Amino acid sequence: MLRTQEYFLNFGPQHPSTHGVFQIILTLDGERIVKAEPVCGYLHRGIEKLAESRTYTQVIPYTDRMDYLAAMLQNLGYVQAVEKMMGIEVPERAEYLRVISGELSRLTSHVLATGVYALDIGGFTGFLLCFREREKMMDLLEELTGSRMTLSYARIGGVADDAPEGWLDKLDKLMDEMPGYIEEYNGLITGNEIFQARTKFVGQLKPETAVNYSLSGPVLRASGVNYDLRKAKPYGIYDRFDFEVPLGENGDCFDRFYCRVLEMEQSVKIIKQAIEQIKEVDGPVMAKVPKVLKPPKGEVYHEIETSKGIIGYYVVSDGSNKPYRVHVRRPSFINLGYLDEMLKGYLIADVVAILGSIDIVLGEVDC
Amino acid sequence: MKEQLAPVDEMKQKFSYIEFDEQKTVNVPADKLLEFMQAMKDEYALDFLTNLTAVDYPEENKLQVVYNLNSIEKGYTLMVKTDVDREHPEVPSVFPVWGGANWQEREVYDLLGIVFTGHPNLKRILLDDKFEGHPLRKDFRWEGGRE
Repeated sequence: MLRTQEYFLNFGPQHPSTHGVFQIILTLDGERIVKAEPVCGYLHRGIEKLAESRTYTQVIPYTDRMDYLAAMLQNLGYVQAVEKMMGIEVPERAEYLRVISGELSRLTSHVLATGVYALDIGGFTGFLLCFREREKMMDLLEELTGSRMTLSYARIGGVADDAPEGWLDKLDKLMDEMPGYIEEYNGLITGNEIFQARTKFVGQLKPETAVNYSLSGPVLRASGVNYDLRKAKPYGIYDRFDFEVPLGENGDCFDRFYCRVLEMEQSVKIIKQAIEQIKEVDGPVMAKVPKVLKPPKGEVYHEIETSKGIIGYYVVSDGSNKPYRVHVRRPSFINLGYLDEMLKGYLIADVVAILGSIDIVLGEVDC
Repeated sequence: MKEQLAPVDEMKQKFSYIEFDEQKTVNVPADKLLEFMQAMKDEYALDFLTNLTAVDYPEENKLQVVYNLNSIEKGYTLMVKTDVDREHPEVPSVFPVWGGANWQEREVYDLLGIVFTGHPNLKRILLDDKFEGHPLRKDFRWEGGRE
C-alpha cells in the first residue's frame, strides 16, 4: 500500500496574489488544505508609535499610508476623532467635500478590488477595464488634492482646499457615465461562467460567525448582516443622503465580490446627491481652529465605514500638542482573523479566490 | 448625531463591582472581566467586539486594556476598561466570548506585552518572534526616535 503524507507550502510573502507582502503557511494533503497559518507583519512600520511623537496634524499623512487605496476615508476617521475630542464644528461646505472625496475614494478602492479580483481568478481583460475608469477618478482626485493616492485632504476642522472651478461638473459627468461602466463589468466579470464557477459557494461565511469574528464591510454584509455605519450610526452628514445597503445571501466569494459592485452604484448615487446639494452651500471649508492643537485631557473612540470595513480611531490626549496614544482598528487586519478557518478543506486554487474576496491592503494590515 | 450608549446605570445595579465615569465608560476588575463580558453579550446583545487595545500609563504603574463593544441589533455602544499591573500584566482572554479577540489580543500582546490567559495561540503577530521588548510601552526607546 502507498504511504501518503502531508506537506508544507509557503504561499507568499512574495506572491502577486497576496496583494502585498503576506504569507500563508499551508499544510496540504494532496491539493486540499488541512491547515493554514497566516503570517503578517512584513510591512509593519510602527505608525502607532510614530504618531506619539508627532503633532495632531502631522499624524494625518501617516493615515494615508495604511489603506492607500482609499486614503480619504482613513484621513476622515482620524480627523473626525480629533474633532470629536475638541468639539470642533465643521463648516457645511467642508462636510459635503468630505463626502464627495470620501465616496470617490471608496469608488477607486472598489473598482480596483473588482478588477484585481478578476485578475486573481484569471480574467485579465476585466482587470484592464476597471483600471480605465480608476485612472479617470485618480485624475479627478489629483486635481482636487494634488496627489493621486496619498491624499491627506482632510484637515482637523475641514478640508485642505475648496474644489477647483469646474471640478464638480467634471465629476458629475463621470458619475453619469459610471452606471454604464458598471454594466460593462457585470457583463465581462460578474456574468462570466468560469468566474461564477470559481467563486460561488466557495469560502462561505455564516452570518453569526462573521459577527462573532468582528468582520466588517462587504465581507460581513455579503453574509446578510445589515451593518453599515453610514446607516447604523450616521457620522458627518450621511443622514442627508438616500442610499441602500447591498446585502448578500450566501456569504461566499461571489457575494463578497458582488456586494462591492453594488456598493459602487450606491456611491455614485451619494456623490450625485452631494453635487446637487453642495450647489446651495457656500462659505469656508475650514473651521476656525487654533494653530497649535491641544485637545483637552481625555480620550475618544470614533469609527467610520471605509471601503474595507469599519475603521476606528482610539485617541488619548494628555493635554499636550502630541497624542499620548493613537490606536487604529484596521478592518483589513481584523477581517483576516478568520482566514485560517475559511481556507480549511478547500483546494490550493481556492486560496487565491478566498483571500482576494476579502480585499485586504497590507499597508493597513501591518500598520 | 449623538451616539447611543448602552444602559450603564442599569448594569451598575446588576454588577456591583463595576465603576463608570461621566462618559459612561465602564471599569471592570480583571478577575471579573470574563463573567461581565459574557453577560454583556448574552443579556445586552453587545455581540460585536469592534475594538480591543491597550494604553501604557507608567506614572500610575498600570496598563489599561480597552474594549469597544457594539450592538448590531440595538445600535448602542459600550466602552469597557480594565486596569492591570505593569509588572505582571495578566488579563483573561475574551476569545471564548468573541472570536474577533483572537488577532487583536495577539497584537496587544506583541506591542504592549499584556498576557491574555486562556488565549489559544498567544504569540507575536506583527513583529519578529525574536524581537525583544514591547514598543508601545512608554519606556521603550529606539534609534531614530524624535525625542
